[in-house]
Amino acid sequence: MEALLGPLELLPQLLRGARITLQLTLLTAVLAFFLSFAVAFARNAPWKWLRYATVAYVEIFRGTSALVQLFFLFFILPAYGLSLPPMLTAIVALGLNMSAYGSEIVRGAIATVGQDQRDAARALGLTRVQTWRTVILPQAMVVALPSFGNLLIELLKATSLVSLITITELTFAGRQMVVTTGRDFEVWALVLVLYFAMAWPLSLLVARAEARAARFRR
Amino acid sequence: MFDFAFAWSFLPEMLKGLRITVIATLGGFAVALLVGLGLELMRRGRSKALRRIAQGWISFIRCTPLLVQLYFVFYVAPKWGLRIDALTTGILCLGIHIGAYVAEVYRAGIDAVPPGQWDAGRALGLGPVALWRAVILPQALPPAIPPLGNYLIGLFKETPLLAAITVLDVFGAANNIAGRTFRYNEPYTVAAVLLLVVSLLAAWAVRRIERRMTLHRTGRALPSAGPGSGPV
Repeated sequence: MEALLGPLELLPQLLRGARITLQLTLLTAVLAFFLSFAVAFARNAPWKWLRYATVAYVEIFRGTSALVQLFFLFFILPAYGLSLPPMLTAIVALGLNMSAYGSEIVRGAIATVGQDQRDAARALGLTRVQTWRTVILPQAMVVALPSFGNLLIELLKATSLVSLITITELTFAGRQMVVTTGRDFEVWALVLVLYFAMAWPLSLLVARAEARAARFRR
Repeated sequence: MFDFAFAWSFLPEMLKGLRITVIATLGGFAVALLVGLGLELMRRGRSKALRRIAQGWISFIRCTPLLVQLYFVFYVAPKWGLRIDALTTGILCLGIHIGAYVAEVYRAGIDAVPPGQWDAGRALGLGPVALWRAVILPQALPPAIPPLGNYLIGLFKETPLLAAITVLDVFGAANNIAGRTFRYNEPYTVAAVLLLVVSLLAAWAVRRIERRMTLHRTGRALPSAGPGSGPV
């Protein structure tokens, strides 16, 4: 009986952590989504300095580990007089990191919309804004959606890193439970299962979106 | 703001950490190459059960964070009597994690081998082992090298996580120095710069290999082009 009830009594606290994990994922995803577009557009800007700055941004954030970036923001910005609350630090750090990958997805997706589409839009007398809103972006989004889905899964997993800057999300809750109960196996197995339960449905949706995008392109 | 003398004083310790980072990267990648190949062969095998297991395993590994996988193996394995040190644990976990992604790369490479090659191999009377070793893999692996290079860089970027299970890689060394001196700026900045430099160099090398390989492939394709296929 004890063995059966054991894992279940660990669950409530872990579920509270999982809620924070989901909140973090959602908030960061929104930030990263808009930043991705901003960075992708900046990369095609008419000003050279802005284009170079964007390339540096993307290379730096993709070239280093998210964990290092997180620690950089958490420990070093305060030294320069800018200290953010941990939760905001986590969202900003992960958001910046993910937007570097996201901007490349946006850029690639926009490139798949051919010149003929742009020419046709112009022949129809659409303005630049109309062309983007009704012709280019809707087609680009279909192409970008599966990649964004994959990135969302990566983000969900990456939120585990913020446990190292003392945010009580799922992984941190796991560490606390190990300290208080000493039941390593059950705690970590449950944490893995909870992450899987959150990410797996997402991965099924991505597979479906991929199939749709492949049909759309044909 | 940034104390160069202080940074200089701990640089040797950081470089020692960088050595561990490189060992973890190469070791982890070797494991990933084997694990990925094993998983892909299982997925292509005749046994339905093995195929299911491989696919389920890949989904599970890809849907859970590496950090938690590290904690699981590092803290639970010793209780099951498996005593391995932190660095080996890290190398195994990195390899198992990235291996689940590498399987996908093998899949694409193997799918790209024309079906005629399978038929020709079988027509020559090759058994399954000889067929894979002498016909399929030699053609499937070279095109897979550039994407594999990208996963090597990806794996390199995951190595700082090993610091969470007490491995003294670059990041672990930075943690130690920061914890000892209560000065965070210099250690973490130096760690970030070292990791960025290695990662950019590696990305540059992968791009070069990629370009050389595409040149190589198109160069080889030319003589075998049939009559009338050139520009008129």
